[in-house]
Amino acid sequence: MYPSRFRYEAPHTVAEAIRLLAAGGDNAKVLAGGQSLVPLMKLRFAAPELVVDINNLPGLSYHRADPDGTLRIGALCRHADLERSALLAGTQPTMAAAAPLIADPIVRNRGTLVGSLCHADPQGDWASVVLSLGGSVVAEGPDGRRSIPMTDFVTGPFQNLLAPDEIAVEAVIPAAQGERRGGYLKLERRVGDFATVGVAVSLETAGEVVRRAGIALTGVGASTIAASAAAAALTGHSLTAESIAAAASAAAEAARPRTDHRGSAEYKRHMVATFVERILTRCSAEPAERAA
Amino acid sequence: MTATVDAPTAELGKARLRKEDAKLITGQTNWTDNIKLTGMLHLAFLRSPYAHAKITRVDVSGALGQPGVIAAFSGADFAAEQGSLPCAWPVTPDIVIPPHPPMAVDEVRYVGEAVAVVVARDRYAAADALASIDVDYEPLPPVLDIRTALDPGSPKVHEAGNKSYEWVFANGDVDAAFSDAPVVLERTYRQQRLIPCAMEPRAVVAQWVGDEVTLWSATQIPHVLRFALSAFFGIPEQNVRVIAPDVGGGFGSKLQVTAEEVLAVLIGRKVGKPVKWTETRTEGNMTVHHGRDQWQRIKIAAEADGRIRGLSVDLLADMGAYLMLVTPGVPLLGAFMFPAIYKMDAYSFKCTGVFSTKMPTDAYRGAGRPEATFAIERIMDELAAELGIEPLELRERNWIKHEEFPYTTICGLTYDSGNYEAATAKARELFDYDGLRAEQRLRNERGDKVRLGIGISTFTEMCGLAPSRVLGSLSYGAGGWEHASIRMLPTGKVEVVTGSSAHGQGHETAWSQIVADQLGVPFEDIRVLHGDTQVSPKGMDTYGSRSLAVGGLALVSACDKVVAKAKIIAAAMLEASADDLEFSAGRFSVRGDPEASKTIQEVALATFAAHALPEGVEPSLDSDATYDPDNFSFPHGTHLCATEVDTETGFVHIRSYVAVDDVGVVVNPLIVEGQVHGGIAQGIAQALYEEGVYDEAGNLVTTTLADYLVPAAADLPSYRTERTSTPASNRLGVKGVGEAGTIASTPAVVNAIVDALRPLGVQDVTMPCTPERVWRAIQAAHGQPAHGQPAHGQPAHGQPAQGTEQSGGMA
Repeated sequence: MYPSRFRYEAPHTVAEAIRLLAAGGDNAKVLAGGQSLVPLMKLRFAAPELVVDINNLPGLSYHRADPDGTLRIGALCRHADLERSALLAGTQPTMAAAAPLIADPIVRNRGTLVGSLCHADPQGDWASVVLSLGGSVVAEGPDGRRSIPMTDFVTGPFQNLLAPDEIAVEAVIPAAQGERRGGYLKLERRVGDFATVGVAVSLETAGEVVRRAGIALTGVGASTIAASAAAAALTGHSLTAESIAAAASAAAEAARPRTDHRGSAEYKRHMVATFVERILTRCSAEPAERAA
Repeated sequence: MTATVDAPTAELGKARLRKEDAKLITGQTNWTDNIKLTGMLHLAFLRSPYAHAKITRVDVSGALGQPGVIAAFSGADFAAEQGSLPCAWPVTPDIVIPPHPPMAVDEVRYVGEAVAVVVARDRYAAADALASIDVDYEPLPPVLDIRTALDPGSPKVHEAGNKSYEWVFANGDVDAAFSDAPVVLERTYRQQRLIPCAMEPRAVVAQWVGDEVTLWSATQIPHVLRFALSAFFGIPEQNVRVIAPDVGGGFGSKLQVTAEEVLAVLIGRKVGKPVKWTETRTEGNMTVHHGRDQWQRIKIAAEADGRIRGLSVDLLADMGAYLMLVTPGVPLLGAFMFPAIYKMDAYSFKCTGVFSTKMPTDAYRGAGRPEATFAIERIMDELAAELGIEPLELRERNWIKHEEFPYTTICGLTYDSGNYEAATAKARELFDYDGLRAEQRLRNERGDKVRLGIGISTFTEMCGLAPSRVLGSLSYGAGGWEHASIRMLPTGKVEVVTGSSAHGQGHETAWSQIVADQLGVPFEDIRVLHGDTQVSPKGMDTYGSRSLAVGGLALVSACDKVVAKAKIIAAAMLEASADDLEFSAGRFSVRGDPEASKTIQEVALATFAAHALPEGVEPSLDSDATYDPDNFSFPHGTHLCATEVDTETGFVHIRSYVAVDDVGVVVNPLIVEGQVHGGIAQGIAQALYEEGVYDEAGNLVTTTLADYLVPAAADLPSYRTERTSTPASNRLGVKGVGEAGTIASTPAVVNAIVDALRPLGVQDVTMPCTPERVWRAIQAAHGQPAHGQPAHGQPAHGQPAQGTEQSGGMA
């Protein structure tokens, strides 16, 4: 577990970080929490020549809501910050459900949500959560900032749309059109494991009617899967046993699981349906029961 | 002799915090990897990517030009001196023990076998240079399933074939027991391959000075290792010093003479500099010997009232590619434990040791006994279901009653003590057994999606390895004694030297408590030395829950000798006859004249001064004792586990776990508690989480801790642990506790899962009982309630039971 030789830089400004990344080109990697990059380097699955540690960059550890309800998560906001966040607990049920399920406490103390999105691991939890919420990533490069919708951000397993000289500085969750409901369930073989199957469901409801639905799947495809047909089955209706079953079955159909050492394709597909059904059944319950 | 365990200071039984812990938790530990010697070089091994291949060429020259590289060697460079790694347990006269060179020369037989080594100035340079070594392989077919490895057409691991040995044992008329039995059940159970995963990886430092070598190693067995280096690798024994500094766990995995230890010694000699190697976790998973890996066919014959008539066991045991130190003997440690706590008329056992192209197996916590306990406790539940007898009741009808001890079992072992009624009664009550059974009935009637299951394990084990004559009769290559020395220092303090080298067990604390009582000196005045063959020249080391039941007794003998001699000197000091002295709480006093007394510390100082010793008495209060036990010890207990099983997802949640253990007299309850907790965790790990998986090409899939699932605190329940105490027949009344939890807990958990699902028709779930396996077992059994199972026609070795998975696969 000894990494290959690499150069290490820890700049103090975003501009300097971008300059370093531009010079490093394809052989440079950003280090935020390091909880994925460092193990990969130790296993020599990743061998960057330059590591740009962004932990000295000021003002990126926030998560906060704009007056209109838009949620912004800075590049150095740790999983543990989100796990303990009073803001999420009240307003973001899907995120609040997912945060304590990210890896283990040690990883959560260092790892970041934005870093997880950039890592684009098909088994990463946050990508599904952010996708289900219709979120986006803000990238900063030599020419300034641009916003990339989560639907476009991940381009394949462990691949994203960032240019070599761009840094993802923020994730953005748009304001809800109504009351948020939702949840995240994860099958892990052991606490702290990567997801065998993860399901994120995010609803925005007016009364009992679903105005917006997002369902995204972790670990059952080459990248995070947006189960759009499943979400569409819910939009415009109230949650009923029938609509829940329809969404569960559409989500299972959207999954593209592979049989591997974590489980068979058949079982993973079964678990997608079971999880969608369990989250939606809870969402359809009275508020007091949902909170339980 | 007046030294007794009833000395009024009574350290025995005190829950002392461990002496060892302050340095462990403040980072002052001296791990082997912390050792830095002047001029020290670092090793990195190039390892086979093939499960089985001919080596046609190794060219290390490319590595030599790399930065920081001092030397590089292939197996051929060691051919003349590397010999063969030892197997100390040739279990049958015709056993096949293939040559096992520490570094492969012509052929590799498992993924991870060392084929070349780089010696460099630092570990990074050594690791980098591995990529510059060229090896040409000619792949050969792997042998991955021992159930077909003995078929005539199977590829061979070794020229001599895939069978290493067949070992049999029988007592009583087995045919008669089975032939007209009202009930006969046969089952096949899978003991998956496990990877020990000690927290501290293996590490080695070797330093030659002239013709003397010092080897530091993260080993459980410095004494055995010293002997092996001398006996098998030609280094004169007096020139070998082995040091096991602080060692961070072993669980049997460091009960080994490893390739890396031998190669470090040979390389150190070649390069004339100290060398160090510390394994990475991935190397460890691949090349630390593995555990378990057996197929167990077990058959039980019983009367209609549940009384056991006979038991028959047929094991296939995966040896891996070679026989290491005690590889072939591990399944045989279980041979005597299948009958467990039960009386029966007949028993037969057969074990076939089979080679495969995988990492060799060897001792792993419990070594043979967890396997046996699992099979018997699983099939007792099946027998209970078959006969419609309450499973605890079935056990009670068969177990040895407390008034029947000492009891000679069908295996010929004499269980000296035990009280299964007492342990079970206590466990039942703590667990609320009847309440949970009532809840279970209710939930089954309701058809709940989440079912409740209750698992039972009324286990015993044999530990305190071992009477030397028994080891001899089993063809083991060494004895089972243990050594201790006591040195009374002039100031009255005590140095204790033990041959039982601890690697996390807490000997320094427990040994101090024993000696404090025996000599009547304060606990704080005692220092325990171990783990260095120059400090502790004699010993058989630590494994098989032997330290207390063997090493602890050696300690008592050594204390006896000190007291006996001190008494003579005290008598002279008091101008009394030694016969008139009594020794209590560290004080010699004249009977009837309590004012006339000397403390053992005063005697120690007088002995040091030696001014007025009696004629012919040497001026020392030191002693040596070697203790060879005349029997094993037999801890037992009752473990009860309640599981909630989600029938939709297959997810298993342990709701409560009660362990009542009887380990005899307890020296330190805190240490016992820790051993039981860790042991249960390791047994649950086998039941639910861990499996060393090779793919169809023979690559180890579970090379990291992200793939090999060692459960952590968050995965495990809180346990309720209690004890009963039936003293063993040795002088301290002690048994052993290092493995009990692991042996007991695996069947308790699996029995609980099967118990939850039996109303759905499930009869077995293959370990580890992952959610998917549980879910599949439910799917497979759907609509077939589990009554009236056929007595015959169960799957044989060739077919996995219940349509569950092939070894290693999930599909």
